[in-house]
Amino acid sequence: MDTLLVILIDGIVYSSWLFIVAAGLTLVYGVMKILNMAHGSLYAIGAYSAASMVGWYFTNGYVPWASYLVFLAAAILAGAFAGLLIERGLLRVMYGRDEVVMILVTYGVLLILEDVIKLLWGVEAYFAYQPYSLVGRTKLLGITFANYDFVLIAAAVVIGAMLWAGLNRTIQGKLLRAVIHDRDISMAMGINVKRTFFVTFVLGSALGALAGGLTAPALSVVPGIGIEVGILAFAVVVIGGLGSVGGAAVGALMVGIARAIAVHTYPQVELFVIYGVMAMVLVVRPQGLFVSTVARKI
Amino acid sequence: MLKTDNTSRNLCIAFVLLLLVGLILPNWLAFLTTIALAKAMVVVGLVMLMRAGLVSFGQGLYYCLGGYTVGIAGQHLGITDAVGILFVSAFIAGCLAALLGLLLCRYREIFFAMLTLAFSMILYGVLVKTSELGSTDGFNVAKVTLLGWQPSPGQLSLVVYSLACLVAFLTAFFMHRYYQSGMGFAGEAVRENEIRVEYLGVSPQRVVFIKYVLAAMLAAVGGSITAMIAGHVDPEMAYWTTSGEFVFVALLGGTGHVVAAFIGAFLFEVIRTIAFDLAPYTWQMILGTTLLLVIFFLPKGLWSLLKAKKVGGNNV
Repeated sequence: MDTLLVILIDGIVYSSWLFIVAAGLTLVYGVMKILNMAHGSLYAIGAYSAASMVGWYFTNGYVPWASYLVFLAAAILAGAFAGLLIERGLLRVMYGRDEVVMILVTYGVLLILEDVIKLLWGVEAYFAYQPYSLVGRTKLLGITFANYDFVLIAAAVVIGAMLWAGLNRTIQGKLLRAVIHDRDISMAMGINVKRTFFVTFVLGSALGALAGGLTAPALSVVPGIGIEVGILAFAVVVIGGLGSVGGAAVGALMVGIARAIAVHTYPQVELFVIYGVMAMVLVVRPQGLFVSTVARKI
Repeated sequence: MLKTDNTSRNLCIAFVLLLLVGLILPNWLAFLTTIALAKAMVVVGLVMLMRAGLVSFGQGLYYCLGGYTVGIAGQHLGITDAVGILFVSAFIAGCLAALLGLLLCRYREIFFAMLTLAFSMILYGVLVKTSELGSTDGFNVAKVTLLGWQPSPGQLSLVVYSLACLVAFLTAFFMHRYYQSGMGFAGEAVRENEIRVEYLGVSPQRVVFIKYVLAAMLAAVGGSITAMIAGHVDPEMAYWTTSGEFVFVALLGGTGHVVAAFIGAFLFEVIRTIAFDLAPYTWQMILGTTLLLVIFFLPKGLWSLLKAKKVGGNNV
């Protein structure tokens, strides 16, 4: 029973984190049809910005509770800025190329960003544990959980809700959905698709960085954290169906719970399980769970 | 007007030259060339798939499998014969690819890329958690022998170098023929329009399946040679960044000709070695910038530079 509870909570915490990372990725793919390999690097940028902000904030001894606002804002701004640079400086001139070529373009961006991060922040580990310990711990049925984990769940729910409302309840969201549905027709109807791309990419990058900022207090920020995260987010997004935000949520839950089960019962298969789930879903539903099959064109 | 195709003759000349040059190459350059040749084997397979419109982001799976075959055969089974192992690893990779290929040949574009990536990450995940095989550290590979003869450590690199040259030559030679065969052209037809291929009575699934298995075997041979020359294998060989590197090299060379893969691989190793030497902190940045420049200015790879001179040359 105890293990079950631990698995459930662990799984949901991990899923929340995965969802926040994957949401930006799937949004960018949905609108721009670019599978951003550098998404993990944006995550890393967010984590580093947040960690250095936390360090600066707490050495100066400001009000501890306000630190959340400051370091999350730092992560979002850093991510949005990086996204802006990438879109304006590079992607804009590459639009219209094959999807697979765009993967390679973002792979190039990933290589560059990995070194930029090392140049800016060095290779030493950053710790930003203060916000983590600030919220304390809770005892639930005899098991202690860090409250920060619940903050993460709440953040995922809020982000998910905001994305849903933004896409389904606003005019801008409606335009965005039109572009997702059919780019050419949207353009013909007078939607400024280029601007939609720009906004989406900056938003997606900011989301990726926010995910990094949110996780920074829970672990040590070291070089290379982005590489692994990026590929995990891929798995999640592919399971749910590329471009589907709801799919990303379900994919994140599936991967999160499956991983938690593996970690607590048979830890040797942790990584195997994640990609095993992905392969299994793709076998049954090649387009992912929440995307309808496209008819072949002649 | 048909132009005579001198590729086969030129390949023979290049092979003999490479062997002769091997005798005078300094150690580091021989090592670099061997690694480049080994990686080029993987890339040749990848290019073959790319000509059919498929990009595999998981060739690391077979590259790693080939490497570990050498390692396990030497350390645990006592099989050290270089030529024998190459056949064994190609066979094992072929079997696995035949199994996965049944599934993969139904996928195209980004889904093919993602599924191949997932498979290679599964192998990575398994290897990282297998302490018998050294987990993340990997393990050292026993020195190979050649038909019962144990070369001294000094001779070993020359032996592997020559072996790599031979295998690369055979691959290039037959792959060039293959591209001009019906099966080779079928690949391009699949890329252009699959449904028309079906109407012509050819099964695109079968075409993709065969190409996938061949590419896997080539990747395994490349991995084996890498393991022999480097003397070490680790799970990093199956990690997705390794597979990404192969796609990078394929793009750098271009898909226009079988030799392009070898030129691409050699240049990639040179750029990386120099970048790593001159700028140890920014070598990835240099690689990334190179990749972007190639995509932007040479979408058909470096080969398009060579071909531009031959106006009216036949399109092989």
